[in-house]
Amino acid sequence: MTMKSIRIWLWGAVGALALTAIVAAVLLRQPEQTGFGRGSYNLIDQNGQPVDQTVFVGHPTALFFGFTHCPEVCPTTMAEMASWFEQLGDEGQDLRAYFVSIDPQRDTPEVLGDYVSWVSDRITGITGTPEEIAKIAKAWGVYYARVDLGGDDYTMDHTASVFLLDASGEFQGTIAYREDQATALGKLRNLLAKS
Amino acid sequence: MIRFLRAAFAASFLLVAPAFAQDHDGTIHHADLNLSAPFTRATLPNAPVGGGFLSIQNAGADADRLVSASSPAAAMVQIHEMAMEGDVMKMRQLADGLELPAGETVTLAPGGFHLMFMGLTQAFVEGETVPVTLVFEKAGPVELELPVMGTAADAAHTMSH
Repeated sequence: MTMKSIRIWLWGAVGALALTAIVAAVLLRQPEQTGFGRGSYNLIDQNGQPVDQTVFVGHPTALFFGFTHCPEVCPTTMAEMASWFEQLGDEGQDLRAYFVSIDPQRDTPEVLGDYVSWVSDRITGITGTPEEIAKIAKAWGVYYARVDLGGDDYTMDHTASVFLLDASGEFQGTIAYREDQATALGKLRNLLAKS
Repeated sequence: MIRFLRAAFAASFLLVAPAFAQDHDGTIHHADLNLSAPFTRATLPNAPVGGGFLSIQNAGADADRLVSASSPAAAMVQIHEMAMEGDVMKMRQLADGLELPAGETVTLAPGGFHLMFMGLTQAFVEGETVPVTLVFEKAGPVELELPVMGTAADAAHTMSH
């Protein structure tokens, strides 16, 4: 084996290792970009201000997907959320809640504003185009589907859980629909302690 | 003429009044049906829909059916069934109404069957009442008032929190 062929072989080995390292780096980074709760979207809040995925960073979050034409699950969850804020008092002062509409055609920022302000001044209503709503719903694995009720009327089937996110925006768990208040408060206190 | 109208009105009341009677506990007896513990829930600002709940006991020997409902408080009232499938809430209109088997009690309650008030003329306010007319296939129509409870109330007489 000549020096030249050894040199070529070594350079080849270096190239192969470099390629492996690049592929590994890309593969290892992938979960961060596409994991649960990850996504990018451009939405608006109840005041018409732009909102993207960074809105969940910097404070612990309770995140709910619903719609104002919702007869039961959403008002019930909003009422329970109001009582969580009330029960937590100062302890929950860092907690922020978000109500993301999965019915953006009917839920304008104006409609959402009065609706969520009934709950607390620490909950924000979020809406946007159907395409951008689809992106945030996909990021959180939220199911929603239109159900026609005759004429122009329709209602929505949708995921009813509240998602809990820590201050870095990482998913930490859920509060199920109608979970008893003591359990829900326990989960929120854990979240606040970690954040 | 006025006297005649008054008499006609009184007579019509006589015809309607025996159709139902109300117990001391608020239960309404309508033909073979006993309607009890009706309620609805206070609505949130801008929410154009509400749910109505009650228990319907069919004390008769034949099945009946709740076929429709209406209210001056809403553009439309439908009969719906809600069900949780995993963490997903699903809502279905019962287009053929709600079967009331003989000798059984069917309960319309949060999380299940309910009256769906759509296109509310005004918000449902806790402490007020909402009128509704229920139409049964055999027992015919009956009017009742649903007391408005708290937003997350589970029953007619409990606190919301």
